Amino acid sequence: MNERARDLQLLHDMVLIRRFEEKCAELYSATKIRGFLHLYIGEEAVAVGVMSALGPDDNVVATYREHGHALARGLSPGSVMAEMYGMVEGCSRGRGGSMHLFDKAARFYGGNAIVGGGLPLAVGLALADDLRGRQAVTCCFFGEGAVAEGEFHESMNLAALWRLPVLFCCENNLYAMGTALDRSESETDLTLKAASYEMAAWPVDGMDAEAVAGAAQRATESIRGGGGPVFLELRTYRFRAHSMYDPELYRDKAEVEQWKRHDPIATLVERRSVTDDELRSIEEDVAAAVDAAVAFAEAGTPEPVEELTRFVYSDSSTVGRP
Amino acid sequence: MKTTYREAIRAAMREALERDERVFLMGEDVGRYGGCFAVSKGLLDEFGPDRIRDTPLSESAFVGAGIGASLGGMRPIVEIMTVNFSLLALDQIMNNAATLLHMSGGQCSVPLVIRMTTGGGRQLAAQHSHSLEGWYAHIPGIRIITPATLDDARGMLWTALEDPDPVLMFEHGGLYNAEGELADDAGPVDIDRAAIRRAGADVSIVTYGGTLRTCLAAAEVLAADGVDAEVIDLRTLRPLDSTAILDSVVRTHRAVIVDEGWRSGSLSAEISARIMEEAFYDLDAPVQRVCSAEVPMPYAKQLEEAALPQVADVVAAVRATTGGG
Repeated sequence: MNERARDLQLLHDMVLIRRFEEKCAELYSATKIRGFLHLYIGEEAVAVGVMSALGPDDNVVATYREHGHALARGLSPGSVMAEMYGMVEGCSRGRGGSMHLFDKAARFYGGNAIVGGGLPLAVGLALADDLRGRQAVTCCFFGEGAVAEGEFHESMNLAALWRLPVLFCCENNLYAMGTALDRSESETDLTLKAASYEMAAWPVDGMDAEAVAGAAQRATESIRGGGGPVFLELRTYRFRAHSMYDPELYRDKAEVEQWKRHDPIATLVERRSVTDDELRSIEEDVAAAVDAAVAFAEAGTPEPVEELTRFVYSDSSTVGRP
Repeated sequence: MKTTYREAIRAAMREALERDERVFLMGEDVGRYGGCFAVSKGLLDEFGPDRIRDTPLSESAFVGAGIGASLGGMRPIVEIMTVNFSLLALDQIMNNAATLLHMSGGQCSVPLVIRMTTGGGRQLAAQHSHSLEGWYAHIPGIRIITPATLDDARGMLWTALEDPDPVLMFEHGGLYNAEGELADDAGPVDIDRAAIRRAGADVSIVTYGGTLRTCLAAAEVLAADGVDAEVIDLRTLRPLDSTAILDSVVRTHRAVIVDEGWRSGSLSAEISARIMEEAFYDLDAPVQRVCSAEVPMPYAKQLEEAALPQVADVVAAVRATTGGG
């Protein structure tokens, strides 16, 4: 695939995430989707760029703001939407919801809603690959808020100590919910923190899908070559509120508008001189995919309440009534 | 053959490492040091550093890594030095190990065994001596096992590793040096059912883990007085073998629960409630409980002894139910 073709694919995937999530917000207002809903809009370049460097044997561990990661990893929009509808056809059979999208076949291990809690899992998945002699990379997404958690430091140390194939992707969108980075970290240079674990670490413009894809490619090549874990600080910004409940009292509208000038979709359209026809074609394709996802979810099956206690233990377990 | 509880667990780990290449052990000082209670002594030389992995003092990361490795197809045994330290990994145990299968709609099972030491009696004071297995038994999605005998120390681990879901194995620190006879062909045992360790007709003493010996000793004291006590070893705290408890209580009409955990909000309370719910009309006396005193475990010997269930406490509780108090 030449570079332009690759970039058109990145653009397509970003537009899919954008339109899919705009539809999610609408469906949330219509009460079709409930619970917490964290939108990724503005950060799409990170997911599509990083995923472009991963193959089917690689593992992904994501956060609770993971619709973008799931779609970029190739989960079907229908299975993701059906999950948010709480249907059996959802990628987690309706037991996870927006924050817990899973697809074991795609090696997509959540959907983790404890900040920092996914990092040890990623270390373990990488350890399993290492012990079994598999050449896979485990890619772990987390926000900059996770850097304040002990699990971040423990996991970075363990991955570096054991030289495990982990790609740590820190999505630095500057706010841990409503707490700005400089209000929570004594050292705000996250790359410097990561490098202190004797790990290759570098910052990336997370609003630029090409830059992210290039960095992720370089990082995964290094990891696959036995170079140990890599940390990427992906500098990005979410255009929407933290969740649907957030009145956004902690940041200026002017700041949001300033970042919107670096919209990752517009940036790529401009740089690659994407034609109106090309863009229209992408939009039409995406609109059809989103419509189909909604129709799939609407036609979904609510799991019978009799199945409530299934999957607490494996079906093959001898545990009966707990 | 003559062996100890410690050696029986080591033999179980050795067998697991030999039988299944997906099995590995990790934890603090399990390798070069030989395990802080010497349970894994010698295994590093036999199996090498990839399979006997010393970890940093990062309970959350290495327990979480065990969960991740099990998702990746391995069968990890994760050792945590003591139950008090396991609280540093509670996020991983509760929010990941216990929930991943359900949260993923049945896709992500977590076949993992976490071993840890529990209990008091060794003057280790308030950060190394508690019995929190009853807390863990509150959590759906995990299985809790408490080997109290040499056969169970030898046999529960393999069965736990074959379980598709996470198993927490609590080893009472006071049992490691316990010596006894173990059959040469001792092997895997079930981890579903309670066991009657002493049959009796007059009262059911329900216990597990470190207090099994206390209860058996109390039963001998009572026997001398003509009270025939049955002693039930729960073995598995979650899922509780209610049937075994109720069958016994229906026969003896009296129950005493002995639990080294604290009384309030405890496993003993759960068992008592189940007896009340399902065998109320079979009871001839109120259920009695013998638990640890509700204090952080003190260091001084006489204080610690006063805090823990002793033979005399069990005897007194039984007499209270038989009208012989």
